[in-house]
Amino acid sequence: MKKLINDAGDVVAEALVGMAAAHGDVVRVDHENRVILRKDAPRKGKVGLISGGGSGHEPMHGGYVGLGMLDAACAGEVFTSPVPDQMLAATQAVDGGAGVLHIVKNYTGDVMNFDMAAEMADGIRVESIVVDDDVAVKDSLYTAGRRGVGTTVLLEKIVGAAAEEGQDLDACLALAKKVNGQGRSMGMALTPCTVPAAGKPSFELGEDEMEMGIGIHGEPGRARVPMGSAREVAAQLVEAVLSDLDFTDSPAIVMLNGMGGTPLLELYLVYGEVERLLTDAGVEVARSLVGDYITSLEMAGCSLTVLKADEEILRLWDAPVVTAGLRWGA
Amino acid sequence: MLDTSTAAAWLKDYAETIHENREVLTDLDRQIGDSDHGSNMDRGMAAVAALDPAEFPDAAALLKKAGMTLVSTVGGASGPLYGTFFLRFAGSIGEDGELTAKALGSAFAAGLEGVRARGKAADGEKTMIDALAPAVAALREAAAQDASVADALASAVSAAEQGRDGTVDMLATKGRASYLGERSRGVADPGATSVTLLLQSAARTLS
Repeated sequence: MKKLINDAGDVVAEALVGMAAAHGDVVRVDHENRVILRKDAPRKGKVGLISGGGSGHEPMHGGYVGLGMLDAACAGEVFTSPVPDQMLAATQAVDGGAGVLHIVKNYTGDVMNFDMAAEMADGIRVESIVVDDDVAVKDSLYTAGRRGVGTTVLLEKIVGAAAEEGQDLDACLALAKKVNGQGRSMGMALTPCTVPAAGKPSFELGEDEMEMGIGIHGEPGRARVPMGSAREVAAQLVEAVLSDLDFTDSPAIVMLNGMGGTPLLELYLVYGEVERLLTDAGVEVARSLVGDYITSLEMAGCSLTVLKADEEILRLWDAPVVTAGLRWGA
Repeated sequence: MLDTSTAAAWLKDYAETIHENREVLTDLDRQIGDSDHGSNMDRGMAAVAALDPAEFPDAAALLKKAGMTLVSTVGGASGPLYGTFFLRFAGSIGEDGELTAKALGSAFAAGLEGVRARGKAADGEKTMIDALAPAVAALREAAAQDASVADALASAVSAAEQGRDGTVDMLATKGRASYLGERSRGVADPGATSVTLLLQSAARTLS
């Protein structure tokens, strides 16, 4: 293992020190609870938006705390859900009297810990949205359900804008459900990644192989296939997403996300292929985002997220946002 | 009843066992999960082992605190599951009479029901339940036949080991391993493995 760390046990705590130092204009960090808070939280009368999850997916979620997006993010150990105490501390810190929405990615541990935190939050109205957009997982009796991946980023931006302009908790929850229902993602990897505490790569992959349908925790995907060109990979990602939902009847927001170890040069190259394929398939690409937004440590690879939008969703997408990871319009 | 020092010895023995086996657990988890079961359980049990038994009036209070400590320090799915196990176990362990196989069977059964409720998993889904449920059944069966605590725990350990080994060929349908589909077969479930260690620790310390 070759990493820029001091001690494998201190990675998350020390990264939070750096996060506070780098982005003190936007956030403050509760180091005891490992919660990244919007600098001016709580905002009176505003619905509080909280997310959180294992670390290792940066800029998600701490990088999305700020104006027009999240009020707080709980940082777990690498690829491990945070604990209920953290979510409870975050909930209490951001409640401005209008209730709190928990944005939870659909993983067994995350769901259980957020459930326990919601049960513990006496006197604060808490609602939850569980994001499950990964088409690589069959949603059936035989799985824990689809994983929450790229749509989480788009949802945090869009619902964050709604909360910022004063929409109430019911409206924010309804919007979150709508966005989750209309977003689909599919990912792939060229290399595994190494969790610092484990010290070894999470799986092995030959020079001439790639994993299709990976998640964001270094877990292997659904199928190991021979390495293909960017054009072939783009076609497989687009096919997987479009065969799951009809995107031809409304404008779409498209995110081509890097897993952490793939250069922007390659991501743009893949995005060019993706946008051409989507346009050929009759999808109107209204907005796009290319870069590292929901990563899996140093894994090389990418994921595609397509969200079926409408005028209202596009308006909220374009609204001002000031966070470490996304910043425009302000 | 279970006295505080015996409960503390069980927790301490389990913390040491987890520490010794953390790489084994993480390696199993690396194959069908996300490489963190050993380090997460080790962090949580180290915090539990650091509790001072002298600060607790009885074993139930110590075990309850152990459960809350696991919820607060482990994270992932194991934190709520093991935490709920100890909270329910603590709520059931009797306050009078000597420690019997029957009382222990009831407490383990309460812990198992807590895990089922929190994790919403059934038997045969390649989870910790596949080792814990047969162990509880063996414990209660031995108790019904008036077995000693030592004999009852010995049969619970062998049922847990058998259950753990049985998870190797199972298809995971809950938790992160379920994303692998057929590729989840061939490896023992990390949770079934760590809960078998818990039973082995109990056999060493509670009888």
